[in-house]
Amino acid sequence: MGSITLKNVSKTFGEAKVIPSIDLEIHDGEFVVFVGPSGCGKSTLLRLIAGLEDVSAGQILIDGKDVTAAAPAQRGLAMVFQSYALYPHMSVRNNIAFPLKMAKMDKAAIDRKVTDAARILNLTDYLERRPSQLSGGQRQRVAIGRAIVREPSAFLFDEPLSNLDAALRGTMRLEISELHHQLKTTMIYVTHDQIEAMTMADKIVVLNRGNIEQVGSPLELYRSPKNLFVAGFIGSPRMNFIDGAYAQSKNARTAGIRPEHIGLSKDSGLWTGRVTVAEHLGADTFLHLDVEGIGPVTARCDGEFGAHHGDKVYMTPDEAKLHRFDDKGIAIKA
Amino acid sequence: MARSVTTRHKITATAAAWIVALIIFFPILYTVITSIKTEPEAIAGFSLIPSGTFENYVTVQTQRDYFKPFMNSVVLSVGSTILALIIAIPAAWAMAFSPTRRTKDILMWMLSTKMMPAVAVLVPIYLMFRDFGLLDTRIGLTVMLTLINLPIVVWMLYTYFREIPGEILEAARMDGAGLWQEIVYVLTPMAVPGIASTLLLNIILAWNEAFWTIRLTTTNAAPLTAFIASFSSPQGLFWAKLSAASTMAIAPILILGWFSQKQLVRGLTFGAVK
Repeated sequence: MGSITLKNVSKTFGEAKVIPSIDLEIHDGEFVVFVGPSGCGKSTLLRLIAGLEDVSAGQILIDGKDVTAAAPAQRGLAMVFQSYALYPHMSVRNNIAFPLKMAKMDKAAIDRKVTDAARILNLTDYLERRPSQLSGGQRQRVAIGRAIVREPSAFLFDEPLSNLDAALRGTMRLEISELHHQLKTTMIYVTHDQIEAMTMADKIVVLNRGNIEQVGSPLELYRSPKNLFVAGFIGSPRMNFIDGAYAQSKNARTAGIRPEHIGLSKDSGLWTGRVTVAEHLGADTFLHLDVEGIGPVTARCDGEFGAHHGDKVYMTPDEAKLHRFDDKGIAIKA
Repeated sequence: MARSVTTRHKITATAAAWIVALIIFFPILYTVITSIKTEPEAIAGFSLIPSGTFENYVTVQTQRDYFKPFMNSVVLSVGSTILALIIAIPAAWAMAFSPTRRTKDILMWMLSTKMMPAVAVLVPIYLMFRDFGLLDTRIGLTVMLTLINLPIVVWMLYTYFREIPGEILEAARMDGAGLWQEIVYVLTPMAVPGIASTLLLNIILAWNEAFWTIRLTTTNAAPLTAFIASFSSPQGLFWAKLSAASTMAIAPILILGWFSQKQLVRGLTFGAVK
């Protein structure tokens, strides 16, 4: 079991109110991602749940039990750190076994659990090595192994992939998702990378300046962002925001249209623009355009569209997928 | 083209390093060479070729007892180092792991005591030693050496402890380690290399300390520094014998330094090189 409830949780460091007040419900077995720009309080929130920071006010419940004042180890959670935080003087085997030794488990049981974890994580051949003799990906797996053996009620991941190269990040993303399917344990995952958030999460919590901007499934956030911040943060390339006459004609202060929802043509369309930069990714091309009467706009088109710097292009936004925001940046319901 | 440039660069750098090393080492080398010259040879002027006599060593041994000052040096350097570590480890620990706003100031203040010339406090310290009956005692000198090296010991340990990543301690806390287990299983093994190199460096510093050891001792607690000094005055200057005495005084610490150089270099460059 691993349901986690935050009630009016707040955190202040000296004068600075890092987290004003947060209410959040995480259900057992969910994969929840905290996402937001750096300094938004997402890591602090995770550390509050872990017990590595004390809450300034509010309550944290795990499986209905108040753990607000409990020490980290008593909360039954396991954490994977950004720097992996492996014990450098211990072999991989001893690193994974450490939490079990601390729990005073008998030796035979420890051996069995370490062997199992090593098998799941492809670490069997490396058990006698030191962390310094492993690659980044392997170290990450040892850190995950150390978390798994405790059979925690929830896993906490603090930007675990940000020290890995792009290719390895992709692989590890899949491995962690697979692990979640196997273990069906609650996972809370902190990242600033919205691609990680979109691909892994059951539920995304978008944070900004210590406040929750929106909570929802990846597609909910993509389809109906509640405000400008979420609209701009979720989706890549980011949504185009258009003010002025066009937005007013749609009864909004700001109109938002995603790059993939703009139809492109070389003959005719609603808007006319010139290509400033064309980013060819192969299957897709991102066109950065300077549009007459609108300003800069990004559009996504098929890789075969064939537009280059300086070309004239016509665009038509798909109005069914247009987002409208009021003066306060809040989404206007259709 | 590029390769020949880098090769030439390497040769130049290596040669330069050797030359600098030789210049630094030369006084010690010349001391050793002079120690196996005869006295007339020693004062005759610059020469790198000695006659190879060992009679100076024999004379030095018969004129003065080498063993007693040697034991004093061992007791003083090891004793003061252990005492300094006992005081400095908790101090550095506290400053590294739970720093306050004043921590930096305290560290600077400690170091500032090293900026004062020792002679400035010679008289008050001498009088205190006299009144407490500590003159020419091992205990008095051990305390003195502890105090003068303490700032450096605290600083070295502080930089060491600071290098231990906080996340590892947090990981241990998450893994269920209590404070005591955290210290025994995680912190201490990670801190041992740092403590070891601090210990070695401080032994060397204490061994070579000459200002206080010469001024606060006469015979009973006099270490090897005083032993060398005693050859430079009474019967005039005897360069060859003085050199033999010096060689005997520095030999033990040179050997210790040689065998522990890996630890020492690591200790001195720690924090500077990632």
